[in-house]
Amino acid sequence: MDYEERKRKKEARAVKKNSKDARKLLGAKGKRFAKKRYAEKAQMKKTLKMHDESSSRQKVDDDVEEGAIPSYLLDRDPTQRAKVLSNTIKQKRKEKAGKWDVPLPKVRPVAEEEMFKVLRTGKRKTKQWKRMVTKATFVGPGFTRKPPKYERFIRPTGLRFTKAHVTHPELKCTFNLDIISVKKNPNGPMYTSLGVMTRGTIIEVNVSELGLVTPAGKVVWGKYAQVTNNPENDGCINAVLLV
Amino acid sequence: EMDGAGGNGSSGSVMCQLVSAEGEQLGAALYLPHNVGPPQLQDIVNQLLHNEDKLPYAFYVGDEELSLQLGAFMQRNNATAEVTLRIVYQPQAVFRIRPVNRCSATIAGHTEAVLAVSFSPDGRCLASGSGDTTVRFWDLSTQTPLYTCKGHKNWVLCIAWSPDGKHLVSGSKSGELILWDPKTGNQLGAPLTGHRKWITAVSWEPVHLQSPSRRFVSASKDGDARIWDITTKKCVISLSGHTNAVTCVKWGGDGLIYTGSEDCLIKVWETTQGKLVKTLQGHGHWVNSLALSTEYVLRTGAYDHTGKTFSSPEEMKEAALARYEKMRGNAPERLVSGSDDFTMFLWEPTISKQPKARMTGHQKVVNHVYFSPDGQWLASASFDKSVKLWNGITGKFVAAFRGHVADVYQISWSADSRLLLSGSKDSTLKVWDIRARKLKQDLPGHADEVYAVDWSPDGEKVVSGGKDRVLKLWMN
Repeated sequence: MDYEERKRKKEARAVKKNSKDARKLLGAKGKRFAKKRYAEKAQMKKTLKMHDESSSRQKVDDDVEEGAIPSYLLDRDPTQRAKVLSNTIKQKRKEKAGKWDVPLPKVRPVAEEEMFKVLRTGKRKTKQWKRMVTKATFVGPGFTRKPPKYERFIRPTGLRFTKAHVTHPELKCTFNLDIISVKKNPNGPMYTSLGVMTRGTIIEVNVSELGLVTPAGKVVWGKYAQVTNNPENDGCINAVLLV
Repeated sequence: EMDGAGGNGSSGSVMCQLVSAEGEQLGAALYLPHNVGPPQLQDIVNQLLHNEDKLPYAFYVGDEELSLQLGAFMQRNNATAEVTLRIVYQPQAVFRIRPVNRCSATIAGHTEAVLAVSFSPDGRCLASGSGDTTVRFWDLSTQTPLYTCKGHKNWVLCIAWSPDGKHLVSGSKSGELILWDPKTGNQLGAPLTGHRKWITAVSWEPVHLQSPSRRFVSASKDGDARIWDITTKKCVISLSGHTNAVTCVKWGGDGLIYTGSEDCLIKVWETTQGKLVKTLQGHGHWVNSLALSTEYVLRTGAYDHTGKTFSSPEEMKEAALARYEKMRGNAPERLVSGSDDFTMFLWEPTISKQPKARMTGHQKVVNHVYFSPDGQWLASASFDKSVKLWNGITGKFVAAFRGHVADVYQISWSADSRLLLSGSKDSTLKVWDIRARKLKQDLPGHADEVYAVDWSPDGEKVVSGGKDRVLKLWMN
């Protein structure tokens, strides 16, 4: 037979050979074959689609996107565009109920032995009524210690923090904000009054630099945030803003 | 009889010279007794100018306003009575606009953010464009929606009323412009295509140059400005020359078109053949906004606070021309440009290519500049949360208005130039008193950013729209 004839017949049989291989090949060979065949199929699909497109002329519509902005904002980067966070009334209600819709609802309880370190004092070092706090604390700007002789709880200055790294949950950006007070520590009211900040504590932060306004037109300057890390291990306080 | 310096006797007198705002002296120097105050000075000025009606004036010595009697003023400022006191008089608007203080209606209707709002030149109709691709007309007497005009394929970015109030043109993000009839809400003809990218600004030809209004110019991100004729529905001339987006365009009262662009240049074009007349260079970054000293008069055309209606286009043209001439006086038109380089330039484009003054002071991008309706003041809104007031003739800084807690987006003047309105990203609007240089009224109520504000030319209403999709009407 001619070379052309043989070639034509071989190509006609190639389809059958291909399908037989696809069914019968096993092991490493099978994998290689399957990969090759998949690539070929994908390529074929693409070319078919391309041909389909050119046959029917479609008008390319730009989709109407969400988030319409006026012309003077169109060429600008919208990363700092916060929504108006609001609602002092909701906050007040939450405060009254004492219930919080918080990101960390359950926190590992911290035992008193872990929280305080016993200090031995006195001439013979037998008195053991003083305690030193081993976790991060917040004392407030007008804080003055009690007379050292009568001080039961010692809050070392090295563990006192004034600023927290607060993340806005929707904007996903973090701000370094001042702490105004410690609102509630889940381990107990004693720790709240001492100002101890452990994981899960609710703190109040100064958000005036975020420029938030309530619907009534008042400027919001304090918001609650929940501590998300262990500050005594990291040396900084990370919190997430409660909106 | 002239008293010594700091004369405490009320019988003393001061030598004064009345000067107009442009620097022309009015009459000769006068000896005025110490108990003369602004009301008496007003009478004197009215007499010297031979005014038939008693027009109100404000008086300034140096840059300070004269609100007390001359004697008390001299004592307070320790001014010596030996130097002739130059008193500059400025005409004030005859009518007085009351500040808006309550939200009279919140009209919902748009399903996406409201991007542009505008009152018609006579103040009777209201139109708004939004991200939901519709233009809506609103009935002001019942404060309800009137027409919903669909036709655009993408966000409606800018709307502009023709100065005779007969047409509204809207430009969208897909680069097309559609003409609407405000009386029926119908689209007039097919969309005007030609621009390849979105429309950034639209400005109509003033009605004193042509009545009824036929032509308008549109600016686009693709770097061209095009002049369109609404009767032939075609693009007449294309003004190309800018290498980057054209951010704003204004059709001046003497037939020149000013375009500001992101390539930091301002180009001045003539309108018969679309030739470039001048290029004003000076800014270091994008030119965001342009303002003309006669802008308010050009926008309102023949209509003013008297609420008169016109029967024929010729009558309208004459009335508009009279208003324009009165507004302009002998001075050339002034142009102010606000830019991303935190400064603004004051130009007199018909006189020179060099700027007349450079206004610095803002700490962030200047987004919007606007001359007051009488041309005496200039206000600028910036992303540094402040609105600054400048002298509209010399460009000197006068006062800064602080109160907003986020970027200030747009400003609008009341028709008597005594009150200034600003809308901001912090969702509030604030009304500022120009004479007292303080906050007059705080207007909270929007739930989200305020994108567009407008004060009606009759001074009764303020409209604001923003990201929360509702239109708020504020009244006294």
